[in-house]
Amino acid sequence: MTGALAGVRVLDLTRVWAGPHATRILADLGADVIHVTSRKLAGELSVAPATAKILGVYPDDEPGERHWNRNSQTNDLLRGKRDITLEFDTPEGLALMRRLVAHVDVVIENYSPRVMPKYGLGFAGLRAINPRVILCSMPGYGAEGPLSGFISYGTNVDPASGLASLMGYRGELPYIGGNAYPDPVAALFAASAILVALRHQRATGRGQYLDLSQCEATTALLGEFSLAASRGTPVPTRDGNRLPDRAPNDAYPCRGEDRWIAISIESDAQWRALSGVANHPEWATDTRFATTAARLANIDALDAMMRGWTSGEDTYALMRRLQEAGIAAGAVLDGRDLVEDANLNARGFFREIDAPEVGPKLYAGQPIRLSATPPRLDRPAPTLGQHNQEVLRDLLGLTTAEIDDLKTRGLIGDRPAPAK
Amino acid sequence: MTALAGLRVIDLGADVAGAWCARPFAAFGADVIRVEAPDASDPLRRAGPFDAPRDTTETRAPHLYLNAGKRSLALDTSDAQGRALLERLIARADVLVETLDPDRRAALNLEPAAAGERHPRLIHVSITPFGLEGPYAGFRAAPMIAAALGGYMYIGGSPERQPLANLSPQPDCMAGLHGFVGAMAALRHRDSGGRGQHVEIATQECMASIHQFTITRWVYNRRIQRRIGNRYQRAHPITIYRVADGLVSIAVANQEQYIRFLDLIGMAALRADPRFTDVFTCSEHTEAFDAAVTPRLLTMRKEALVFGCQKQRVPAGFVNDLREVLNDPQYHARGFWTQVEHPIAGAHAHAGFPVRMSETPPVARRAPLLGEHDAAIRGELA
Repeated sequence: MTGALAGVRVLDLTRVWAGPHATRILADLGADVIHVTSRKLAGELSVAPATAKILGVYPDDEPGERHWNRNSQTNDLLRGKRDITLEFDTPEGLALMRRLVAHVDVVIENYSPRVMPKYGLGFAGLRAINPRVILCSMPGYGAEGPLSGFISYGTNVDPASGLASLMGYRGELPYIGGNAYPDPVAALFAASAILVALRHQRATGRGQYLDLSQCEATTALLGEFSLAASRGTPVPTRDGNRLPDRAPNDAYPCRGEDRWIAISIESDAQWRALSGVANHPEWATDTRFATTAARLANIDALDAMMRGWTSGEDTYALMRRLQEAGIAAGAVLDGRDLVEDANLNARGFFREIDAPEVGPKLYAGQPIRLSATPPRLDRPAPTLGQHNQEVLRDLLGLTTAEIDDLKTRGLIGDRPAPAK
Repeated sequence: MTALAGLRVIDLGADVAGAWCARPFAAFGADVIRVEAPDASDPLRRAGPFDAPRDTTETRAPHLYLNAGKRSLALDTSDAQGRALLERLIARADVLVETLDPDRRAALNLEPAAAGERHPRLIHVSITPFGLEGPYAGFRAAPMIAAALGGYMYIGGSPERQPLANLSPQPDCMAGLHGFVGAMAALRHRDSGGRGQHVEIATQECMASIHQFTITRWVYNRRIQRRIGNRYQRAHPITIYRVADGLVSIAVANQEQYIRFLDLIGMAALRADPRFTDVFTCSEHTEAFDAAVTPRLLTMRKEALVFGCQKQRVPAGFVNDLREVLNDPQYHARGFWTQVEHPIAGAHAHAGFPVRMSETPPVARRAPLLGEHDAAIRGELA
């Protein structure tokens, strides 16, 4: 094991995105993450065919015979982890789980708050097995409180947290983002809290319970806005991308289908520079636009003028010309543009990872770049139950006969449990 | 006890990203020194999108929130004496957080390799919009620009209109959090017998690393994820609806939930319409579906609908603006908000750390006045 977190072992009971993203960061940074899959749920993980098609989760839309190993989300999020199957709703599965807890530093889960205590795997139960253990739970609204039992997705957290109130068009409803953004927010806070708790664990030998609320996590990233609201200071109202302190500030159309450029002008000097790039020197002296206050007062006319200019331009070429003039501008990249982006590629951001049942594909890299202990991105996601034998033998000392017996009786395996 | 007591952090992060990186250190008890320009030109002290006439450089919301729990040293690093003092501060620090532009970084002699030579145990975090190296390294940024070049903006908003970025500086927050995680990991490595190291964070890469399907869909299937309006791509209804007394969010992701949702609002008959058979057909006729259910929803009250849905295991939730989150009973039950007293701003609400930690809870402290700790910090160095 190499990496900054070498020697840290994590038992990962999470599913979907927020939890697996948190442990992907820990795995990239060198932790030994053992992901636990229930074979009963492995079938469920492979989404309905219509969803799979919408989301494009199988290579070339071809699920293949072992679709659970070909899902893009599994392969993206489980890289660098080990995978075992375990059924902790069976007495033997639960016993194995309890034995595993003794060998790990961290347990992380994102079940609803009822599940873990039901199996004696709440924090008190885990601590009785291993006083050093850190338990991180990450339900939508936290483990306690009037909404703690709510089931929620990132698309519920977005509006509940206040985030959606800061996105939308003038006079319209709050807007949910295109990417379930609260999930990775929760992931970053989970990783942060775990690293803080690991430092305390090393100093004192004690673990602790980390009760993360996904909703609070996103609200915490709006703290200056809620603070302003608490003091009666106005916060920006929804009006596309317009902000009250700068103009222009929006995405403007460019040549081609659905091509856009984002431009953010912070000062009058930048506005004058833009008028030069646009070959419209008269914009700089036009009193309707010469100052930020004037541009804000005439914003509709300003944006119409901007659109008229940008719509004939190539987004990348315009971005470069504006940036050369010292103006914050960026092409609005889609998924393909991202994968082909000059900056991301020059920096080696994307990595090709060859998963056995998917083949070599590019994946987003790890943006936390550590000079002496660089992130490890060379290990493909495991196939279902790939490390059953290795973990049960090396960590728990089970004999080959015992492991074979578990296999024969369907308590572990490398295929989803047959539907009842 | 506090988890990070004993650690010293120098915060040269002039923007939201740097301030966010250093903030959790302060919350968990580290000594964080915010090194600021003596003329109060720190961006967090400027008006930004928050402008109330009574506000001053001491009371602007970004400063009050993001610099909470830090100490302030007013230092002019443009002169040699100031730079010498900064160097002595860094020499005794565990972590340096900086968001300098290339010229300033060079002027302060804080290029990572050189700084690492002088301070082998230092964790040096550099957060920049596009990275220290690369074709965009000199580019000027703003949060919306990072959202655009990180692939987030394209997929937000209506397909008929321009893409949307959130009005809050989320890319900077994201970069700051990645910086904190990187610094904590690097500290663990150092304190396991290793040395200090450089942690490099590029905001664009942070945003590019937190896509759910945008990138994999292109790589796996050569299809582009597009903006699809105020909903989510996997199924429908995943959206926000108006009801009699406000708004609710609904996230019906599968057929079981869909059937229960229609039963609950008394519109089970809708499924007989071939457009509304299931969540996938609905996702191809979203406007018609919304038009069909809206009259009924407008007769329902949000509490009844949200709790009714949850009772039937249908993911529904409330829709809060920034005043409503301050009054939300769930946040209060968990003690998320703390009233912090500030000598000039008075009492105001701080959002807490969103993780309740049984052994090492974070501490809520106010933001410092400009240069409030000059004498103390200079005294410690003497």
